[in-house]
Amino acid sequence: MTIIFFLIACSVLLALLFLGAFFWAHNSGQNKDLYTPSVRILFDDELREENEEEKKPQI
Amino acid sequence: MDIQTQLLCYHCGDLCLTENLKQEDKNFCCSGCLNVYSILSNGGLNNYYKLNQHPGASQDKAIGRFGYLDNVEIAAKLIHYSDSQKTTITFYIPSIHCSSCIWLLEHLNTIDSAIQENRVDFLKKQVYIQFNPQQTSLKNIAELLTNIGYEPLISLQDVVNSDVAKKDKLIPKIAVAGFCFGNAMLLSFPAYFGLSASDAQFGKAFSLLSLLFCLPAVFYSGWDYFKRAHQSLKQKNLNIDFPLALGIAVLLIRTLSDFTFNTGEGFADSLTGLVFFLLIGKFVQQKTYHHLSFERDYRSFFPVAVDVLDEDGNTKPVALENLKEGDRILVKSQEIIPADAILLKGDALIDFSFVTGESQAVDKVLGEIIYAGGRQTTGSLELEVVKPVSQSYLTGLWNNEAFQKINSNKTKTFVNQISHYFSLVLLILATSALLFWLPQNWQTGLNAFTAILIIACPCALALSTPFTMGAALSIFDKNKFYLKNTDIVEQLAAIDTIVFDKTGTVTQSEGNSISFQGELNQEEKEIIYSICKNSIHPLSRKICGFLNNIKTVKVYGYQEHIGSGITAFCDDKKVLIGNANLIVDGKSIITNAPQVHVSIAGKYLGYFEIRQKVRSGLQEILNQLNHTYRTFLISGDKLQNSSVLNNCFKNNEDLYFNQSPQNKLDFINNKQQQNNKVLMLGDGLNDAGALKQSNVGIAVTDNINNFTPGSDAILDGQSLTFLPNFLSFAKSTVKIIHLSFCIAVCYNIVGISFAIQGELSPLIAAILMPVSTITIIAFTSFATHFSAKKHKLKP
Repeated sequence: MTIIFFLIACSVLLALLFLGAFFWAHNSGQNKDLYTPSVRILFDDELREENEEEKKPQI
Repeated sequence: MDIQTQLLCYHCGDLCLTENLKQEDKNFCCSGCLNVYSILSNGGLNNYYKLNQHPGASQDKAIGRFGYLDNVEIAAKLIHYSDSQKTTITFYIPSIHCSSCIWLLEHLNTIDSAIQENRVDFLKKQVYIQFNPQQTSLKNIAELLTNIGYEPLISLQDVVNSDVAKKDKLIPKIAVAGFCFGNAMLLSFPAYFGLSASDAQFGKAFSLLSLLFCLPAVFYSGWDYFKRAHQSLKQKNLNIDFPLALGIAVLLIRTLSDFTFNTGEGFADSLTGLVFFLLIGKFVQQKTYHHLSFERDYRSFFPVAVDVLDEDGNTKPVALENLKEGDRILVKSQEIIPADAILLKGDALIDFSFVTGESQAVDKVLGEIIYAGGRQTTGSLELEVVKPVSQSYLTGLWNNEAFQKINSNKTKTFVNQISHYFSLVLLILATSALLFWLPQNWQTGLNAFTAILIIACPCALALSTPFTMGAALSIFDKNKFYLKNTDIVEQLAAIDTIVFDKTGTVTQSEGNSISFQGELNQEEKEIIYSICKNSIHPLSRKICGFLNNIKTVKVYGYQEHIGSGITAFCDDKKVLIGNANLIVDGKSIITNAPQVHVSIAGKYLGYFEIRQKVRSGLQEILNQLNHTYRTFLISGDKLQNSSVLNNCFKNNEDLYFNQSPQNKLDFINNKQQQNNKVLMLGDGLNDAGALKQSNVGIAVTDNINNFTPGSDAILDGQSLTFLPNFLSFAKSTVKIIHLSFCIAVCYNIVGISFAIQGELSPLIAAILMPVSTITIIAFTSFATHFSAKKHKLKP
């Protein structure tokens, strides 16, 4: 049963890792703007379509 | 009547008044919009128009002169970072409103290659730009933005990016508390389910681990509660933080002692859970409106810099605070006069509606003193400054005592009132339990003492207000009513007197109603339209808007007579358009509304009358409000239009005209002396003092980004009709808080009945606390949304 100590240590370590990841994300400003990226991601798709259209005649 | 098809501007969607502005079969309402379109289509940015219909903002009133950005001192205050290769700056652009805006502003480098990187923050309406200072300048960037229809609002007072720091600190605290709570809970489960004697070693280890998890939860996440409890003790008024801090401290001490003396499992999970839920409550309560600022003062109303003329007649931009007495300044059309000054040159027709509440533009003659804050409506002016900005008549308002004191005229909130007594009762109860047990068994006594403090820790009470108010705030927010903080809801519920300002609040500042007194046939209309089109006088523009998009005829001999009107010829007919003095047989009928008389070929036709438009639905709002509230109208305006307004208010004595800003403030103060709780609705600078003095000051505005002085809330003009609903909803919100307090007390009575016998086990605490918390959260959220539906604030 002493294996439980090892398992608990692992789980706590893992949890700490996630906490650290959250802090990193927060401090790097990922939570600052939660809206604009959702719009921005749609633009990229449209631009790609345009580029493809431009490329087609060249082929 | 002939049927007119309505032409909408391709850029902004406004009605086109002429058909002359065309490009590639697209119609535009003004040359500004056409300009923007041609810049964008030349830059290959036509996608802008594909993403949304009419994505642009109207360019009709766009001004924007950024000469001052070349001034190193001013620029340095705005720039974040600068070296020889790159400069970064964040602009606040109020006209960001749709996905097209984001797309366009993030593709600026196709127009100007000097821009290296740019990113839009949509909710904050900000754009972050990084550019190469060797290829372009700050001024060019600002002008580029203005040219494509996104004029940045530059003001030295609203420091971009500074408003979010507070909420940012809370999130890591919640994260840590949540981490500790989750782990401590898992480690407590074995103890609750019972460990066999052979597994006792695990129990000890688990307790130690959970104890370790308590430490960051208390000393990092929960530390603010101790700080605030200490403050409240100093002020000798026990606020809600005192019993909370006491509960946290007792929980920690009990857990520590249970561990060291091996007397139980400890309360680690209850402790971390308490801190976690409390912080969540705090988070819900803090609502930040990134695009709004409630504390803008007069400085944000004024331009950042003014053009100063030197002896040789050259202009140079000078920062506003460096403006000296005797400086000669140049004020162009639509600009604000920044300091009290004497008129030296030009045709001054100044709109003081924001400063005095007077809705009609005022003519000023050469040599007259013009007070700061007026907006020049025609042509440019040359003025000599007589007082520096900080000493002008307008700024004097800010030195009024109403602005010095903080919130002293607000009533205490429910939680603050109750928590003082709550803490006292709690302490008395706990001590008497201790004294009762002490003679028999000191251990049971201590148990009972700590158990009472733990179980009665007013977690549910502390959460009921934030969750109810948080839900209420988001409902107000959806109806375009933005509150500064949650306390305002309770203030709103206590109101019994409502004071309206007139100009801009009950009447609309723009969109006056025009009527023609007399008869006009189609030909005459065309002639008037063709003539007025040439003039930039505000009244001519309004007449053009009224006659709206008809054929133009040829006019010649056009002459504008300053201060009286226009003469012109059309088919050998002499046309006179102007005030009564210009037209010989025109008789001015006294109505106090501006009139424009018309005569063609010596024949007097009649006059246009321009009246202010009363906001739609005003009558119904006031009819509803008059049942429960005393209503008053207070205006800086001359007595006019009163027949319309008299119907709305109960007595004629409730309407006050010709009131100075100081009069308004005194009026509110007077009402408060008579124990009335006053709600003031106003818009301009002239109401600033009254808004600040009143229990709740609401700034009514058609443009949310306007300057809103001293206000507790900002209301979009369109939502004014909901005012009665807002007020009754605020009342029911307070009722919900009272009810949830009752629920919390019920839980406490159950818990204390265990605790007083000294029998509180960690398991009971661990169940009771989350259950009561979840009941409260569910009840308040459900009840708030239900009552919002009842008050028609939610579909």
